[in-house]
Amino acid sequence: MQWETVIGLEVHVQLATKSKIFSGASTAFGATANTQACAIDLALPGTLPVVNAEAIRMATSFGLAINAEIGKKSVFERKNYFYPDLPKGYQVTQLAEPIVGAGHIDIHLNGETKRLRIHHAHLEEDAGKSLHEDFHGMTGIDLNRAGTPLIEIVSEPDMRSAEEAVAYLKKIHSIITYLGISDGDMSQGSMRCDANVSVRPKGQAELGTRTELKNINSFRFVEKAIHTEVERQIDILEDGGKIVQETRLYDAEKNETRSMRSKEVANDYRYFPEPDLLPVILDEAFIDQVRKQLPELPEAKCQRFIEQYQLSDYDANILTANRALADYFENVSTHCKDAKLAANWVMGELSAALNKNDTAIEHSPVSDRQLGELILRIKDNTISGKIAKQVFDALWQGQGEVDQIIKEQGLEQVSDSGAIEAMVDKVIASNPQQVENYRNAPAEKRGKMLGFFVGQIMKISQGKANPQQVNELLLKKL
Amino acid sequence: MHRLTLAQLAEGLRQRQFSSEELTKHYLDRIKKLDQHYNSYITVTEESALQQARQADKRLAEGGAPLLCGIPIAHKDIFCTEGVRTSCGSRMLDNFISPYNATVVENLINDGAVMLGKTNMDEFAMGSSNETSYYGPVKNPWDTNCVPGGSSGGSAAAVAAMLAVATTATDTGGSIRQPAALCGVSGLKPTYGRVSRWGMIAFASSLDQAGPIARSAEDLAIMLNSMASFDPKDSTSIDRAVPDYHTHLSTSVKGLRIGVPEEYFGEGLNPATATVIQQALKELESMGASLVNIRLPHTPLAVPAYYVIAPAECSANLSRFDGVRYGHRCDNPTDLEDLYKRSRGEGFGDEVKRRILVGTYALSAGYYDAYYRKAQQVRRLIKQDFMEAFESVDVIMGPTSPSPAFAFGAKGDDPVAMYLEDIFTIATNLAGLPGLSIPAGLVDNKPVGLQMIGNYFDEALLLNAAHQFQLQTDWHQRHPSSLEEEA
Repeated sequence: MQWETVIGLEVHVQLATKSKIFSGASTAFGATANTQACAIDLALPGTLPVVNAEAIRMATSFGLAINAEIGKKSVFERKNYFYPDLPKGYQVTQLAEPIVGAGHIDIHLNGETKRLRIHHAHLEEDAGKSLHEDFHGMTGIDLNRAGTPLIEIVSEPDMRSAEEAVAYLKKIHSIITYLGISDGDMSQGSMRCDANVSVRPKGQAELGTRTELKNINSFRFVEKAIHTEVERQIDILEDGGKIVQETRLYDAEKNETRSMRSKEVANDYRYFPEPDLLPVILDEAFIDQVRKQLPELPEAKCQRFIEQYQLSDYDANILTANRALADYFENVSTHCKDAKLAANWVMGELSAALNKNDTAIEHSPVSDRQLGELILRIKDNTISGKIAKQVFDALWQGQGEVDQIIKEQGLEQVSDSGAIEAMVDKVIASNPQQVENYRNAPAEKRGKMLGFFVGQIMKISQGKANPQQVNELLLKKL
Repeated sequence: MHRLTLAQLAEGLRQRQFSSEELTKHYLDRIKKLDQHYNSYITVTEESALQQARQADKRLAEGGAPLLCGIPIAHKDIFCTEGVRTSCGSRMLDNFISPYNATVVENLINDGAVMLGKTNMDEFAMGSSNETSYYGPVKNPWDTNCVPGGSSGGSAAAVAAMLAVATTATDTGGSIRQPAALCGVSGLKPTYGRVSRWGMIAFASSLDQAGPIARSAEDLAIMLNSMASFDPKDSTSIDRAVPDYHTHLSTSVKGLRIGVPEEYFGEGLNPATATVIQQALKELESMGASLVNIRLPHTPLAVPAYYVIAPAECSANLSRFDGVRYGHRCDNPTDLEDLYKRSRGEGFGDEVKRRILVGTYALSAGYYDAYYRKAQQVRRLIKQDFMEAFESVDVIMGPTSPSPAFAFGAKGDDPVAMYLEDIFTIATNLAGLPGLSIPAGLVDNKPVGLQMIGNYFDEALLLNAAHQFQLQTDWHQRHPSSLEEEA
């Protein structure tokens, strides 16, 4: 039987506010346990929440970026359950009236564009962390994360493959980092993903029973976890079994999913409107103001790159997937006034070095200005493209500025015609047999044979002779 | 000294008739000597009180000090007080020393008031008789075999027994007005949002409101001047200028239209209490006010709606008391569930447990629409009743509670009978309106309270009307006979 996969994603994004969603405590990552938890985060008796206006602005900007209706009135609710890292015994979240209504994003996969619908996105507070190591027979609680603002983005079940799910996730990542509302760092939990996965016979309208996959904290794991789960479900169904609606945990080490809890024992969260907070009312003026402050978003930037820089769809897509990369490219391009070369260097040498050293573009040791200057030196024939790679490595290692490196390491291209002529003469004189062969060869074969002489001259000049001049002189003298 | 009102004490301090330190010592001595009969205090903060009094004396000497400077008051033990146990009348918080002050406490500190201690209360403010306190019941100074009312029973009894000149209290369904009525003192529940809830341990967030209990309407006005403030730390606090209530007391009630709701004089009202209230209304009429019969048709729905909404909110508000971070924790928990079950099972009393269970049930899947949503609809209808009434009257008056103080244990086995104690006060909380209770007479030598309900932010009007009534009557100056002899 042919099976169709159906996927919906719930993505939690930590907002990059300075303070928490309902308190003034810092949200900085990595502090000593419980040093960033104030009386409100600890849920001391008598404390009350006050909404962080910046979290509202960030959520609104996300809503506008996905073309969603913004909830003019949104309501916080209490989701009740007991857990030691949930100090109040309820999470303040939104349910019936979220701040971001239905919207959509477009993904590009295998040359096709697909529109994926987003059901809604709501604001809520993060819980703390339970620490099971280091405490023998006990559990430690770190409440630094408690109260960190999150938006939970809930998609419609519109994805039909793990690849689409990853593309969706990457698009969300791209949008939130463009907006500057999150660092989107999945390894630190700034972006977390739960996947609802089901399969059904191809052509069937009704959805199959779904499972919810948790703990998938990288793009790669999302893809692997979904593949694994889909296989598991198909195996069960083909053996005549039934899928149990349940939450399953993805184990990356074993590459398997296993049951966490089934729906029968699921909590009744007893949601009700949070009486300590008034509904959030947003007026048109506020929404307009946020709209005006929206940066250029990935889709628009990609289109502009194609038109303005004559880049291919593929190149433009890669360069605009990450806002910092796009900005870097544009700065290089502006500096050297050659978009094609800039794109080649950014996607080629630079990206390779970043990947190899596991470095983010923001922390690149070679600045956009330096790379632009390097390209300028290629263009004005100070150095050849080959030498340029050597200069790039020196830049990466922090050996100085472009011109300084070229000068100190004597890498300037030799364009002195007298010096080149002397080298040409020397090579012709010391290779009489090759000269003889060349002169006797038919014109169509000579091109290849010329390479031998060029190579010899480059060897003598340590790669610094101007290749164009070398070619011209060789042709003349041979 | 203890016979003087707050206003008189403020004057005495300014005239150097006595110092705040002397005054504070006098009150501390009285508490030491007499509170064993009433149990109105959970904690007495003698040392810090004297320290604050000496500070106040310095400030008074410099001149220009606020009226409350040097005045000995007490806080209901629901308000967080830095460095002082804040128990909320519960075993759960018997070991809880608050690291911060409630805004109400902070406001009174800023005005130089001296805190004598923390007053007894029903556990987590859940009760109408003060019988649910972990620290034992408070006794009514008018008759120690009777309850003082609740939940602010300690605050009301302390003022009645002259163990503090004024106290802070809170009112979720009548918890200021009903004990004030039963103890023969004056109490005011302001408009929801008028006084900050920051640092006030939540029972039902959408209903809780802090206010003062004192010996006269004038004293209430002085207290409210300090307690009321817009507080950015409380999202439900309302950013609206606080008038000087103390200077708005002298207007005559001539022409004041008093609405008398038919529903507040029906079945369930003690006939003797009814007579007292009718006489008080006649008194006001003789002073120039007019009485207008009105209807508040949804009144019978107030108690049932309240007993869905308040428990629902409390069931969530009390989830934080889980034995994990502070408060009572059971010995040697075997696992997480055991920790929760025994810590909460041991830490909470029966009435608190009952309300958590009721609230949890009302919010649970499949019942939410039938209970919680329905109750919120009723709440809107009740508010609408009041809004319609206020189109034709300035103030609504009636009894505060259906009967005078009852004996301990009289309603012990019947929670519903106890809940009906608040039948006339609950609707005001559901609507968020201000309400006040002042002594209006005696039945069997036990006080009866006259309730005044105002439109939103009409505290000044209520205090004015109450003050005018107190200029013409002396019910607020009566004291329990035992205390008359003691003097």
